[in-house]
Amino acid sequence: MATQVTEAAAEEAHVREQTLVHDEIAFANDAKMTARDVDVFYGEKKAVDSVSIDVDSHYVTAFIGPSGCGKSTFLRCFNRMNDTIDIARVQGRIELDGEDIYDPRMDVVQLRARVGMVFQKPNPFPKSIYENIAYGPRIHGLASNKADMDGIVEASLTRAGLWNEVKDRLDDSGTALSGGQQQRLCIARAIAVDPEVILMDEPCSALDPIATAKIEELIEELKGRFAIVIVTHNMQQAARISQRTAFFHLGNLVEYGDTETIFTNPRADRTRDYITGRFG
Amino acid sequence: MSLGALALVLLGLTAITFAMTRMRANAFASGARPRDVHSRPAYHAVRAGLLALVPALFLLLVWLVIGDGIVADRTLDQLPQAAQPEAGIERQAFLTEMRSVARGDLPAAFNPAVNEAVPIYRETQASWTWLIGGLVVLLALIGGGYGWLKTAPDLRARTHVERFATIILALASLIAILTTFGIVLSLLYESLDFFSRVNPLEFIFGTHWSPQTAIRADQVGSSGAFGAVPLFWGTIFIGAIIAMAVAVPLGLMSAIFLTQYARPTARKILKPLLEILAGVPTVVYGYFAALTVAPAVRDAAIAIGIDSASSESALAAGVVMGIMIIPFVSSMADDALSSVPGAMRDGSLAMGATPSETIKKVLVPAALPGIVGGILLAVSRAIGETMIVVMAAGQAARLTINPLDSVTTVTAQIVQLLTGDQEFDSAKTLSAFALGLVLFVVTLLLNIYALAIVKRYREAYE
Repeated sequence: MATQVTEAAAEEAHVREQTLVHDEIAFANDAKMTARDVDVFYGEKKAVDSVSIDVDSHYVTAFIGPSGCGKSTFLRCFNRMNDTIDIARVQGRIELDGEDIYDPRMDVVQLRARVGMVFQKPNPFPKSIYENIAYGPRIHGLASNKADMDGIVEASLTRAGLWNEVKDRLDDSGTALSGGQQQRLCIARAIAVDPEVILMDEPCSALDPIATAKIEELIEELKGRFAIVIVTHNMQQAARISQRTAFFHLGNLVEYGDTETIFTNPRADRTRDYITGRFG
Repeated sequence: MSLGALALVLLGLTAITFAMTRMRANAFASGARPRDVHSRPAYHAVRAGLLALVPALFLLLVWLVIGDGIVADRTLDQLPQAAQPEAGIERQAFLTEMRSVARGDLPAAFNPAVNEAVPIYRETQASWTWLIGGLVVLLALIGGGYGWLKTAPDLRARTHVERFATIILALASLIAILTTFGIVLSLLYESLDFFSRVNPLEFIFGTHWSPQTAIRADQVGSSGAFGAVPLFWGTIFIGAIIAMAVAVPLGLMSAIFLTQYARPTARKILKPLLEILAGVPTVVYGYFAALTVAPAVRDAAIAIGIDSASSESALAAGVVMGIMIIPFVSSMADDALSSVPGAMRDGSLAMGATPSETIKKVLVPAALPGIVGGILLAVSRAIGETMIVVMAAGQAARLTINPLDSVTTVTAQIVQLLTGDQEFDSAKTLSAFALGLVLFVVTLLLNIYALAIVKRYREAYE
């Protein structure tokens, strides 16, 4: 009798922890990146627990959830930035255009040229604005001469909406820009190598509202050209800029679906509680 | 009264004051609410004890410094006019002899006038000691009594004790600074003496170094030459060129390895090991340079056909000095690299840069000011280093760029000039002070400049 009760409870818990994936996006075949049963361990601690998700090229996908829910850790799996942390271990399968990115034959340098990243805190290199943008193209050999490079720099800065603000001072240090400009510089730096996916790890959390609005505008413009995955603390931001939303809690992916549905009619109780501000 | 007895009395008085004040404070503090009593009894007791001890101790210390002079003066005043020594050296000799006899070190003085003065000296000394001893005890009593009387619930004893502690700490730090000033002043004083004998321009720009001064005018080699350029060159050649050619690449590379590539466990073992190198006494490096490296360098040079190779060479001293400096450069570079924000490294890696590209193009340029500052500090250490060059570099002051020649450095010359019996009024000996002054000024400027760079660099990332 007692065993039966425990089993029932375990089953119930399991159901509760199952990921709810909305029908309209149920694992499409043309996804840019797919993750299947991904676990991430920090030493002994499991930070991400069996997460499966598809990232579509044409949409902005937002990861939301309370602090420590594993969303940033999971994001860093997509360009193998967790490799730089000695104690981090990734299990499961992540594919980019059907290729397993954790396969030993996958070159991490090429992977990162295809999957760019923008960080929480703007991190321009202590070099000139021009050199910040030229850094990626140079290490990947994308420009054959100075004119090419000038073109890439101008195009990237223009696309990041920064060209008009900095065109007269390309030789100034990137670190001398304001916080919002620095973050746009970092986005320009990421798009300079023409990646296929851009990962953004809370790109606005260190910025003021006006700078945040500019970044959001920029994301809107970049949408469709790059697959964009953004981690954010700010639910309004996720609602404003994303088409797909994934809600993470305690290392689990709780619910993944159309942004509008997630925010207006979530299916999981935990999602509703979080969105209505009952926890987090 | 002897000094020891006086000190004991003083300590006893302090202890009594402490105990009595404590009792008095306990009387009103026990049972009282904290807001009615400003300080706890222990603070009252310490305050009163300090009042008893400090002024009395101060008087005692002052007496210890100037007391003997006063006693001597009074003694001489009591002597008949004819027996009094003339001022200057004669007076000094008289007093020294008088004190020795009074202490019992000498059975009797050679100077009969001294023998007459001794009993007067003893008597004067005894009466003054009693006077001062009495004053010390009186002061302790007054101070202690005042502290005891003033002990009251609203007395801010805690504040006073804290302030006293602050003053003591400030004095402690002042002593180190004042000592440095004292050293600089004495260096300056002797150097000025030297420059009054030798033209400073000749010293700084002259290229011939042969420090000797004649005792008799007709002596051979009576004309010394004090052109210090060969020494400056030797110092720079060994300390800033050869040593840095060894230390900078090796130190930098080991820092890069330790901060970027080594696993945490390897780092935990290797970093302290490297730092142990910094703790090896320099004289040990000296042996190593003189007995192992220098002969090896000479043999290697002869083997490749350079017959003139000296067994004391700039190369041997410089290389060993470089090895000694490696931990220094490595730890400064390590600090500089570690303080580059991790976000910078992540940003570069996320662009698809390899770890070595990241180090070369982002981390080292970002850490460069810190690294340069560290190298300058290392240079300033290297040019002040003495033992290795004394043992391995040789004594020949020559201007050469051949690393196999023996050269000498400022520090090695200072050692040579000041070892053995020296007369302190000859230009030869005094030149050591001028050399020391130059060394001091150069290393001071290097340190200030290097620390300014490092500081500005740290601020950039905070």
